[in-house]
Amino acid sequence: MSKNIKLISIVLFALFSFFILLKGLDKSNTYSPSIDKSKIDFNFKSKYLFSEKEVFLNELLKNEGMTLINIWASWCLPCKDEHAYLLKLKSLNKLNIIGINYKDNENNAKKFLSELGNPYTNIITDPNGINSIELGAFGVPETYLIENKSKLIIKKFIGPLDDNSFTQLTKIIQ
Amino acid sequence: MNKMKILLKLIIIFLIFQNFSSAETSQKVDKISKNLRCLICQGQSVYDSQSDFALSMKILIQNKIDEGKNDEQIYDFLKNKYGEWIVYDPEINKNTILLWVLPLILFVFGGILIYRKVSIK
Repeated sequence: MSKNIKLISIVLFALFSFFILLKGLDKSNTYSPSIDKSKIDFNFKSKYLFSEKEVFLNELLKNEGMTLINIWASWCLPCKDEHAYLLKLKSLNKLNIIGINYKDNENNAKKFLSELGNPYTNIITDPNGINSIELGAFGVPETYLIENKSKLIIKKFIGPLDDNSFTQLTKIIQ
Repeated sequence: MNKMKILLKLIIIFLIFQNFSSAETSQKVDKISKNLRCLICQGQSVYDSQSDFALSMKILIQNKIDEGKNDEQIYDFLKNKYGEWIVYDPEINKNTILLWVLPLILFVFGGILIYRKVSIK
């Protein structure tokens, strides 16, 4: 009798572990942060690109409408791919687009913009990557859609914008 | 002459002290960054990684320490931006309760087994 109980408990334990491991395998390994509406403190200072003036990101967010914050760099190839989408978004004239120039050289940034066009209303710099971390970013390119009034991140795109994210964005700002 | 000597000693003491305190903050940066997961590199801590993300993170931690923030505040700041996943030390919540409790259960269970074996003999 007691042998039976032992056997059954061993089998049950094995089954239990098996299902836990199976469930673990089901989960994707790559972590992606929650894109829920998260509040971020935009209250940090940064230097304008091509100027020595400094500004708080807060001041660049207007009171009405939405703002798109795009982290980019001239050395980042995917940024070139997404640039056309940013220009298209600018031509819709619905958004205030702020660029954050990530760990870049000013001359290269200038070249990049004169070659591909400048979709940004304002560009601030992030020479050592700290400002991007304040926003919760991983690297370049990364794009945030922010509702100005509530200062909430409505949408977050990690990696370059594409057709899919572009339609999502236009749907939201429409 | 004597006054000069005292002044010189004071300066030397000041310099040594300053050196110590900067070594202390960099030790603190090391300690905190060892407990942070480098989110864009697999299986590395921020301390070990040389990626752009990790390098920036170390500068940021340094700045926060200089601002006078303590460890807890820095962890909270980062958890707020990147989620619980960024710290290696998982908190107790409903997803991680098994992780915390299971070793304890096994320990107690093993103890009972050993106790019973011994007492039967």
